[in-house]
Amino acid sequence: MELSLATSIGQIHLDRPVMLASGILGISLDVFKRLYLSGAGAVVTKSLSTEPWEGYPNPTIFSVKGGGWINAIGLSNPGAPNFAKIIEPNKDVPIIVSMVGSIPQDFETMIKQFEHCQVTAYELNLSCPHVAKVGLEVGDDPELVKKIVSTVKNSTHIPVIAKVGLGTSNYLDTVGAAIDSGIDAITAINTVRAMAIDAETQRPILSNRYGGLSGTPIKPIALRCVYEISSKYDVPIIGCGGISTWEDAIEFFLAGASAIQLGSAIGDNWISVFHEINKGILQYMKRKNYSNIKEMIGLAKRS
Amino acid sequence: MDLQRDHNHPTIVTIEKVIDETPTVRTLIFSDEIMSEALPGQFAMVWIPGINELPMSIMISKEPGKAAFTVRKHGPASTGLFNMKVGEQIGIRGPYGNSFDLKEGKLLLVGGGTGLVPMMRLLTFVKPRDDVTVLIGAKTKDEVFFEDLAKSLLEEHHRHHVIVSTDDGSYGEKGFVTDMVEKLLSETKFDGVYTCGPEIMMYKIVQSANSRRLFVQASLERMMKCGVGICGSCCVGTDLVCRDGTVFDGLHLSKNKEFGFFHRNKAGILEHY
Repeated sequence: MELSLATSIGQIHLDRPVMLASGILGISLDVFKRLYLSGAGAVVTKSLSTEPWEGYPNPTIFSVKGGGWINAIGLSNPGAPNFAKIIEPNKDVPIIVSMVGSIPQDFETMIKQFEHCQVTAYELNLSCPHVAKVGLEVGDDPELVKKIVSTVKNSTHIPVIAKVGLGTSNYLDTVGAAIDSGIDAITAINTVRAMAIDAETQRPILSNRYGGLSGTPIKPIALRCVYEISSKYDVPIIGCGGISTWEDAIEFFLAGASAIQLGSAIGDNWISVFHEINKGILQYMKRKNYSNIKEMIGLAKRS
Repeated sequence: MDLQRDHNHPTIVTIEKVIDETPTVRTLIFSDEIMSEALPGQFAMVWIPGINELPMSIMISKEPGKAAFTVRKHGPASTGLFNMKVGEQIGIRGPYGNSFDLKEGKLLLVGGGTGLVPMMRLLTFVKPRDDVTVLIGAKTKDEVFFEDLAKSLLEEHHRHHVIVSTDDGSYGEKGFVTDMVEKLLSETKFDGVYTCGPEIMMYKIVQSANSRRLFVQASLERMMKCGVGICGSCCVGTDLVCRDGTVFDGLHLSKNKEFGFFHRNKAGILEHY
């Protein structure tokens, strides 16, 4: 039997189901190519803004004792116009362009800048937990989400994904608002708002004080969200949050995800993690007699 | 004291001694077994509480169980570290990165400014029978440091040379350190060339060595945030300096279109040197 790692997230078709999550390693085409050759099915770029952003001063990222990472990079990025030039030569790598903005026009402006690039999908970051006026502050407002998604859908024929996270309002309402406005897929979840204080120097460690928690500690939370979304809505889902092994990946497929993203695992295991997870998924499929990913999606929801 | 050290989380250490190397360069010494055993080329992420966090090559200390950082005051972050006093605390993560591959025989070590730090650590690894030449480059006499340290580290070597060159000739040989390297390489066949310092200097040295098919390695510096290959700030072409480096072979570097020409700013935009 022919085993295939190919998967479809609605109209997004990938040869392999493990993607690089947004915010990780995403500023050079050379690195994207390297990740693709290392087994990533697609790479999601850093979240781009209409102008270049420097982000916060260091410390911006470090690990949490006991597991996981905490970061407040502050969405540093070269800005959409510069970034469009960086990826314009791309032919081979499936690139998903992540964007942040405060108003629908921000996203509309950026999409125009990528018209000459080969973009597999756009991912709207509605869930960064540590930058004012964008990310979670937008995602927490379902009415604003509707306006943004409608505007973006009217600006492009390329599939559009909304990345949601845990803010102050019910994230399921945000998902519902995005679906009402025609979103093609949902990525769940982003990092979870958190902080770290150093007992010795008696200070918050992050320069921004607050940041987002990622890595293994948030995996059960992300898994719960994917399961909830797939139980409530009929929408393709990309699972994200603390995935570091093939077993984690399988769990997200069983919860209802069609593909997964990872980031923190690279800090722990470096980029061989893509190959390792792909290999483990194939071995599991062989053992369980599956020929493709689709057969596994949502199986944990059986009564 | 610290039962569960996580090398990716800041460990707090106290500055025990401060040495003025030049009017703008200081060495801050602290106790830490793990950092004291770092390999040449490895670095730490150094948190200056309330100010910033910087990647710093890990300097040796003559006392066992101790390590140091040698910092030139430049921007707000390095100036913050430069101004730290005895008794004050900093956080350290790491050690991160790879290290130099040590050859035997005739070795040339070339350091410019604080790029001398990994060269001093490398000197603690060379064998007594190796014939070691250390070349210290500086703009002017006031900026020369580690000359005595290099000599003392090489005391057991029968054959060694410590050469200082200053751009203005106010101390040692007159001229650019890269011209001195070109001269040395044309006179003697070295088994290994190692360098760390300003990138244009390293670029020229790598070129000089590559053109003679000599083994050469350079330790690169970039703006860094994570130190572990997540943030991407330090990418040079396909390479991440924090995780693939800091040390790269000359032949590998000669194929990299960014080395010697571009670095990235805080937004990730390429800027010319």
